[in-house]
Amino acid sequence: MTEKDSTKTKTKSSEGIGGGTLREALRVPALAVLTGLLIGAIAIVASGSNVFEAYYALFVGSFGDPVRFYNGFQQFFSTGETSGLLRAIYPFTESLVTATPYIFAGLSVALGFRCGLFNIGAEGQFFIGALTSAFVGYSITGLPAFIHLPLAILAGMAGGALWGTIPGYLKARFGAHEVVNTIMMNWIAFRLSDWLLNGPMKASGFRPVTPNIEHTAELPRFFPDPLRLNWGFILALVVAYIVYWFLFKTTLGFEIRSVGANPDAARYAGMNIIRNFVMVMALAGGLAGLAGASQVLGVDHWVGQGFSAGYGFDAIALALLGKSHPAGVVLAALLFGFLRSGATRMQSIAGVPIDIISIIQGLVIVFIAAPDIIRWLYRLKNIKVEETVLTRGWGS
Amino acid sequence: MTNVLELRGITKRFPGVLANDHIDISLREGKILALLGENGAGKSTLMNILYGLYKPDEGKIIVRGEEVDIHGPNDAIARGIGMVHQHFMLVPVMTVTENVMLGVEPVKNGLFLDKAKVAARIREISDQYGLEVDPDAYIKDLPVGIQQRVEIIKVLYRSADILILDEPTAVLTPQEVEGLFKIIRSLIEKGKSIIFITHKLKEVLKIADDITVLRLGKVVGSISPQDATPEILASMMVGREVNLVVTKQPAQPKEAVLEVKDLYVRDERQNLTVNGISFDVRKGEVLGIAGVQGNGQTELVYALTGLLPIESGEIHLLGEPVHRNTPRNILERGVAHIPEDRQRHGLILSFPVHDNLVLCTYYKPPFAKGINLQEKVIYENAEALVKQFDVRTPSIFVNVGGLSGGNQQKVIVAREFSRPIQLLIASQPTRGLDVGSIEYIHSQIIQKRDEGTGVLLVSSELDEILALSDRIAVMYKGHIMDILDANKVNKEYLGLLMAGVHPEGAPAPAEGTVPEKVF
Repeated sequence: MTEKDSTKTKTKSSEGIGGGTLREALRVPALAVLTGLLIGAIAIVASGSNVFEAYYALFVGSFGDPVRFYNGFQQFFSTGETSGLLRAIYPFTESLVTATPYIFAGLSVALGFRCGLFNIGAEGQFFIGALTSAFVGYSITGLPAFIHLPLAILAGMAGGALWGTIPGYLKARFGAHEVVNTIMMNWIAFRLSDWLLNGPMKASGFRPVTPNIEHTAELPRFFPDPLRLNWGFILALVVAYIVYWFLFKTTLGFEIRSVGANPDAARYAGMNIIRNFVMVMALAGGLAGLAGASQVLGVDHWVGQGFSAGYGFDAIALALLGKSHPAGVVLAALLFGFLRSGATRMQSIAGVPIDIISIIQGLVIVFIAAPDIIRWLYRLKNIKVEETVLTRGWGS
Repeated sequence: MTNVLELRGITKRFPGVLANDHIDISLREGKILALLGENGAGKSTLMNILYGLYKPDEGKIIVRGEEVDIHGPNDAIARGIGMVHQHFMLVPVMTVTENVMLGVEPVKNGLFLDKAKVAARIREISDQYGLEVDPDAYIKDLPVGIQQRVEIIKVLYRSADILILDEPTAVLTPQEVEGLFKIIRSLIEKGKSIIFITHKLKEVLKIADDITVLRLGKVVGSISPQDATPEILASMMVGREVNLVVTKQPAQPKEAVLEVKDLYVRDERQNLTVNGISFDVRKGEVLGIAGVQGNGQTELVYALTGLLPIESGEIHLLGEPVHRNTPRNILERGVAHIPEDRQRHGLILSFPVHDNLVLCTYYKPPFAKGINLQEKVIYENAEALVKQFDVRTPSIFVNVGGLSGGNQQKVIVAREFSRPIQLLIASQPTRGLDVGSIEYIHSQIIQKRDEGTGVLLVSSELDEILALSDRIAVMYKGHIMDILDANKVNKEYLGLLMAGVHPEGAPAPAEGTVPEKVF
């Protein structure tokens, strides 16, 4: 039995979430977050606010107010009335709502990293995915939900996949570097969406937005308004598990990881590198497209200008933070979700600018990217941190 | 006689490794000390400490009776210690003079480089030690043996009198080795002292005045060449009895498994590096390809395994043309490949041992069902192979990058030998390995031959070629100079062929460059 256990933890290490045990793998990221919050505290003091007040507001904003929880439970047990309890869990559910597109987009970038590809295009793929799924969502009417919803989700995935495949194909066919091409594809996506939202896809009225999607295309919500938590979050967790299975339990994932870790050895072993590049860019685009679809179908129900809102760029940080492992990406996305959603509250209650959260996020990423800083700060003895190959140099 | 250099009690720890454990060595003035040891014995660490690249945790460095602190190469040079690295530190597009003055450029009139002065000094050094180096030649036009002399000049120009030569013979032909030994002797005559790092036993016996053997970071002992034999030195290095001679029966060659006809191959820079060669490999024989590294052997092997497209010609495997086939197709036809650069091509260092053992077969049953990897089967396969091929690893879940070079090579051998093969292409199969691993891999190759596999062995180690081959082809500038029966050749003859000289008077292949005179 113990032998079996040890096998299990060691297999984990081979998946590259970090070296050694899970505890060791989590130690540096946890300390990075802690250090980020500590340094963030300095920034809060410098901006003239009270640190405790600010962080308490952040906590309340991301998890909920303990007093409201207490009252809500009391109300529920004495009268059976749920409105108080629902109000109490609102901040927590909003954090999960924010985390949902982060999970999809983070998986997109992580999948690319595993194959040695740097997908900077998640932002554009997100936007295109949102548009295609919105289009299917509002333009088709009269379908039952069990057909319309999957169709809209698939449309989002297909849109993102198309946007990812183009740079993948350009790299495979002409050797064009995917960093350059995914950035270009982002700009094309932004301008294309400007045109679509002001023209063919514009709803009646002044604002450059799409019409609302049909109810049959909406991802069902778990609670009555204003709580927006929906099946998109569950879908994100399921997809994260599928990506994990795909990467670590299938021959296709084995190839992807081999190509990412050592393309020369992959070629020697008879793997088709070019085919892997195209496949991974298509799948990564599809995942980012799903992020866009989940946001439209589950949360906003329409698409407007600036809809992608930086999710695709934050996704790069998430993939780094999560060590390009699906489980790590989910944890990182939850962290970002809680920080982002708490920050709004922190701004309104404690008067601390929302940008402080960007500073904290930035610091966390720096510490993750340069773990030696953390090891030096906390005098950690040589924890083995596995080098994850993120991307290769130009012209590879 | 005085010791010009002494290291006392040098200890260096790396995380989890004791690289040097209280090492004492002494170099007598005007003598050659050979430092012998397997890979990982601590030779390089020790020399890097001496050269100031690492700081020792304990111990003293004493130069001419005076204890010194060495903080970097400049300190070492100031104390008269100079190092000739195994991999040359030269700029190919610059002249000898420019390379020598790099870092210590003399200036005239406060502004202009004084190349003439340096060139004059190079001629002086060159004449004094019989180096025969032209200061105005460009490095890229010089053969490897001469490039090495430029490295020696660099050290002498900086007035070093203690020279460290790190594996200096690894890249040389037998004749060039003789030339190097002549230079070493003339350096000694002029009062220089030399530390000669190597793992080649015969060279040590030929040139050294004193021999110190390291094993696992410790000094095993010192011995004088008069008292030593290759067997004694090998067992000191390895710590047990070593069989230095490969025992094999005469080959029983059968029909050809590989036929190469008039093959031309361009390398990645589009230079024609394989220039129309033809040969065959028969079942049950070892065809050795001898030659100094960089004469087209690498590209030949890449072409045979589908990694590099061919320019023209034909490759037939068991009678079928395969010269346009993909690496996977060639692999599936029963070609095993032990690649020259095991860390670049042969292994994924960040993957565990068990994954590396199925790198070429992961997609086929029993390792996969559909697209599902069968982890249990992969683990069982790994456990069995690790046992069978004696791979020393803490477990099959350890990343292969953490193993020693010899064990990494055993992982490759285990993987390639574990599937049914018709042809084995072994490229530099024992480069950088310790004596124990070399012995093992040689015996495995011979065993495959005896099972009826055709073996193509590419090696720049002449001893290895002679020990394993049944026939020997010598490659020079992309041509095959000759194919000889292994029983009827000697080292000197092969050495001439390797240098592009046909002793029977046949002209050397014209390639725009005149072969170096080596008589």
